[in-house]
Amino acid sequence: MTIDPTPVAPVAPPVDVSPSGRRPAPTSTSSRATRILGALSLAGIVALAVFGLAITPPDAQLGETIRILYMHVPTVSAAYVAFIVTAVGSVLYLWKRSEFWDLLAASSAEVGVLFFALTIFNGMLWGKITWGVFWRWEPRLTTTTVLFLTYLGYLAVRRIPTSVRTRATVSAVIGILAVVNIPITHKAVDWWRGLHQEKTIFGTVDPEMQGTQLFTAYLGLTVFLLLFAWLVIHRFRLAWLTERAEERSLDDAIAARRAEGVEEVAP
Amino acid sequence: MSTTGYIAAAWVGTFAAVGAYAVWILRRGRRASELVPEEERRWM
Repeated sequence: MTIDPTPVAPVAPPVDVSPSGRRPAPTSTSSRATRILGALSLAGIVALAVFGLAITPPDAQLGETIRILYMHVPTVSAAYVAFIVTAVGSVLYLWKRSEFWDLLAASSAEVGVLFFALTIFNGMLWGKITWGVFWRWEPRLTTTTVLFLTYLGYLAVRRIPTSVRTRATVSAVIGILAVVNIPITHKAVDWWRGLHQEKTIFGTVDPEMQGTQLFTAYLGLTVFLLLFAWLVIHRFRLAWLTERAEERSLDDAIAARRAEGVEEVAP
Repeated sequence: MSTTGYIAAAWVGTFAAVGAYAVWILRRGRRASELVPEEERRWM
């Protein structure tokens, strides 16, 4: 058998391949996956606006104010998911001691606090129309405030200047303890008598919510869960980059200090 | 303010806040990327 000595023509590298043979690293926290997720989220927001503001009819009992609930219910659901992710990440950090789980827990908590703040904002607007006041210290709103302040405390603890390991451990413990507040806040309308209406979806009350109203509620939930995923991925990558940049900065400072020491010792 | 005004405030306020937060993260991400070598920022 003879072997053809002619070498195979080299395949031209793709345009997006660097001289080292690898694709160039992204210059941001974006990737193909986040771009797809972002596009889906944007399309979902447009669909939600069309259904929530135009197609869905006013509710028989709530009237036009149901359109505020299309923001209020999905934001609180996404916030609960975010806080549960924080708790799971915290448990896994204490078990594995991996930076990944610590940063995921922190990223999810920050996005959760944003969504929870929006829940309170939308709830206040709804309360002003329905109750005539923005705020009442009734059971659901009081437990909501406690939950919100707990996660603000979690984020504040993460800013205390201490070692990375201590910060991660302390915040993981808070992340686990804080999640206990969610069932208390969620069940406050069942356990204590108050002004807040009972559960809108995933509950037994409000049988009027059906058809396009129910569809819009679930569409809102889907859109905010997509937004949550998109925001958490970007926030996680930002936290990862920040940690790497701080490590490099510290390494550079130590190297500079050592170089100064060598110069001082040298005759 | 009318009911329509409160509804508009809810929708605009919600998406404006999420949008502002997203822009803040993306801009900080771009700045942080410049400080980190290529090997440390290869996403899945």
